[in-house]
This record gives sequence, structure tokens and C-alpha cells, in this order.
Amino acid sequence: MSKRNQKTPAMFNRRRFIQAVGLGASSLLLPHQVLAMGKKHPLGHVVVIGGGYAGTTAAKYIRMWSAQNIAVTVIEQSPQFTSCPLSNLVLGGSKSINDLTFGYDAVQKNHGVNWVQDTVTAINPEAKKVTMKRGEISYDRLIIAPGVDLNYDTLPDLQSEAAQAQIPHAWKAGWQTVTLRKQLEAMPDGGVFLITIPMVPYRCPPGPYERICQVASYFKAHKPKSKIVVLDANPNIVSKRGLFSKVWQNEYKGIIDYKPDNAIVEIDVANKTVTTDFEKVKADVLNVIPPQRAGKPTQMADLLEPDYPWCEVDFLTYESKRVPNVHVIGDSVSAGLPKSAHMATSQARVCASAIVEVMHGRQPDQHPVFANTCYSFVDDERAMHVAKVYRYDPKKQVMVATEGGGLSAAPSAQEGKYANAWATNIWSDVLT
Amino acid sequence: MTQSQPIAASRSSYFSYFGFILLCFLSTASYADKDASSSNNIHIRSLAASCAACHGTNGNSRSITPVLAGLDAGYFATQMHAFKKGSRESTVMHHHATGINDEEISLLAEYFSQQKRATPFPLTPQTLREKP
Repeated sequence: MSKRNQKTPAMFNRRRFIQAVGLGASSLLLPHQVLAMGKKHPLGHVVVIGGGYAGTTAAKYIRMWSAQNIAVTVIEQSPQFTSCPLSNLVLGGSKSINDLTFGYDAVQKNHGVNWVQDTVTAINPEAKKVTMKRGEISYDRLIIAPGVDLNYDTLPDLQSEAAQAQIPHAWKAGWQTVTLRKQLEAMPDGGVFLITIPMVPYRCPPGPYERICQVASYFKAHKPKSKIVVLDANPNIVSKRGLFSKVWQNEYKGIIDYKPDNAIVEIDVANKTVTTDFEKVKADVLNVIPPQRAGKPTQMADLLEPDYPWCEVDFLTYESKRVPNVHVIGDSVSAGLPKSAHMATSQARVCASAIVEVMHGRQPDQHPVFANTCYSFVDDERAMHVAKVYRYDPKKQVMVATEGGGLSAAPSAQEGKYANAWATNIWSDVLT
Repeated sequence: MTQSQPIAASRSSYFSYFGFILLCFLSTASYADKDASSSNNIHIRSLAASCAACHGTNGNSRSITPVLAGLDAGYFATQMHAFKKGSRESTVMHHHATGINDEEISLLAEYFSQQKRATPFPLTPQTLREKP
């Protein structure tokens, strides 16, 4: 918090609040409209930081389940939603980034969610106030859903936007995904695509291996002399291991050179060369997926554990164990739960339900149960899943996978159709 | 857990405009809803919503996965038990059905049977905007 903000008089804050809301939310431009909103929302105001799968879902369901008696404002820096799920298919060439990009207007209009397009710069839990580049806003309860923070501390040469234009992570779908696809298209046949995978936990456990399948599928069809080198910091494939191994062996034989226990030690950005403890590999196209930690706004609110860069929460409410009235959902949560989009929305709904109950003075659900389904495409048509139900364990006070969940027997075109159906419905659920 | 204090203004000299307006109306607000939701309803509400990723909001699917909204409760429960036992073949559903207990299946059946069938709101992809 800057000294300037601490000393600001009420009028200044009022002006800045109206600026902040007015800049992003078409429904909240005039003071009388704010007045009207106050009348309709006697139970208070929830601010949500982050308009991804988790944050947008929480905003929508709080509005639905409170019968619009709780005001909700989302702060999101991007003007559009771009889906990470299915974005590996952009690299394979069967989808465009424009198939995965949507506006936020429907969720705002249909549910009366206030929307501010801005970047959070500070959070003051004592004052229950969030400061943005262009204003500030107060809350009764705050939900922080920023996704992951890509951590380049050990790879400082890759920190800059210029370096990432050469060596993209493409781990948040958007222009970096497009850049990486263009690099693959421009690569001569016979070239090397090098991908590095960080140690768990990271966003989307099967994501890197799906990406390898997508690039392999593209190479097999269009650049058959090309190779993929995988430097995985983990001792083995992290998710859907048997299924991925079989696909690589049977369908992409000779294309993929998988090297486990191979974390990056050094990177030469100009020469696209990576050094590990064991070897030095030069790439034509280099994709470094960096280590990850809880998103930046959670760091601003001091929610990370001292020795572990994720946020501990109460799994009945997703309230931070460190700071009251601040909830964390999605990828930033410290849990033995996969950091997937469906998981993010499942956590968001439990959090939304709990906040609605608490703000009504009632007890939230003491036994939450939710599902997670995660599909991976092995080519442009066939997919495979892992699906599980998670149930709250009152003794351990964590969500535990129930018996009976599991994996596909094999990838199939039918599951490819289901995966697309999943995307259609989850996008619709989150964004309309 | 207790009801949080309304807005930051109560703890500091700072008033946001929004906070001020809210405070004006909080004095007339009823905190303890007389029609408190039952614990079963609250429990099943978020579990049912977890199905939305594949089956749409309140079971109104907009793709090839079945619409659950308005489905006969008996039919729903029978199918879920069949997935659970393995007597109905499936690609994914058996992995979910086995994690849900019999009471929850009954409550889910009831919940989805009561949801109105609705045409999902249209959602059209957009061109990704250039970076500013």
C-alpha cells in the first residue's frame, strides 16, 4: 500500500472507485445506479480477483444462489476469456485460438455481475480493500482466483517479454500459444522441438504430455523427419502415464525422446540451448514451461505458506487459513487435487455456496462432494480421460478422492466428441 | 462462523462510495434468513452444479451430453445405479457414479427433476484481440 493511498481523503477514494467501476462495467457508470445496486444487495459485497474458470464461476453462482442479494464485482485484467483446455490443439493445428476465446458480456448481463478491467496492485485485508492501477474497491469478502504465477526466479533470462517471444511458455492460453504454433509451422522438417516440464505441482498435470502428442501428431503428418525432446524434471510421466506411454510407443515411435529426471539448470536464450545435470540440448523450437506458484494477488495478501508457494484453505469454505474473509480457489490452492479447469469450477461452486450461506448467517455444507473430469487429446480427433469424485474427509479436513474413479481404457474418437462437449458446456456454464 | 462485518468503513475512517451506499441499506437488511435452506439442499446444490461441466448449468446441456434438467427422478436414479453397478456401459459416467452414495443419487434425481428445461444462452467465440 502506498503512502499516498493511506492518506487519501474520502472524496478521492469515491472518485477513484467510480473511475474503477466505470472503466470496466457498463452497468455501473452513474451514482444513481450504484445507489440502486445498494438497495438490491442488502447482504453485502463480494469482490472476485480473476476472471478465469474459478473466479467467473464463483461470481455467477454467488449471484444465482443469493437470488442476487449479494453484490459481486470481478476484477480481471484481460478483456477476453481464452481457454487453456483445448489450447494444445492450436499447437497441433486442428483448432484456432479464436475457437477458444470469448467475451465476458453474457455473464455480466445475465447475472448482474459488475466487471472491472484492471490489474490489482495491492490488497489490504485489514481495511478490506483492493487497490488497482486505476482505482480501489472495498469488500465484505474477497475471493482470489488468479491461477498460477509462472515463476522465472531460477530462469531470469526468460523473465522478459522479449525473451518469451523467442521461447514462449504458452501455459496461459493466448498470444504465446499463437507464437508457439507459428514457430512450429516455420520450423524446417528435421528440426528439434524441445519442451521442458517443471516439477509438480503445476497447472494441468497431463497438459505437457497432451502437448507432446499434439506436436507429434503435427510432425507425423507434416514434418516426419522432425523430433521432440522432452526434458521432464519429474521422475516419470505425471498423469495418465500408461495411456500416454502406449500412444507414444505405438503411434509416435521414433518421434519422441523422453528424458525423465532432467530439470533445467541453465538456458541460453539466443542459441535456444538448455543445459541439465546430464546434457546440453539445442532446439529449433524451444518451449519452457516454468515452475509455478500461487498467483500474484495471493502473494500481495500474504496468503502463501512460508515453505510452500501455495495457499492453505478451509475446504468447507475456501477461506484462507492465514487471513480471514479472504477466500482462494482454483490453481492457487494448496492441495493434493489436480489443478484443472473442472476442479477450479468445482471449488468455486463450493466456495460460492459457503459464502452465500455465511452471508445469510447460516452454516455452510459440512460434507462437500464434487467431480473432476479431465480429457487429453492424443491427436486431432481422439481423447482419453481421468475422472474422479472427491469427498470432504472431516478427520483429515481435506478433499479425498473416492473409490471408483479412473482412466479411459484407451483413447477414442467417442471420447474426443465428449471432450468437445465438455468444453462447450463448461464454457457456457462459466460465461453465460 | 459468524457474519462478517459490513464493509471496510467500519474499521477505518475510509468510506468508498459503494461502501457508504451499502451501509445506508444494511440497517434495514435481514441477516438471518428465516427460510434457511436445509442442509440437504445446500449439499446437493454444489454437487449437482459440479455436473455442469459436462451437462450444462442446472443440467441444461448444449451439446451431445444428455440434458438432465427435468429428467424423471426414477429414470435418473435407475441409470446412476446402473452406471455404478456396471450394468449400463459407459466411457466416463461409471467413474463418477461410483463416487456418489445412494442418498446423494436420490437427492440428485430429485434436484434435476425439478430443474426447468431451458434453451442455453448462446455463446459465440471471438477473435483474440491484439495485445495493446
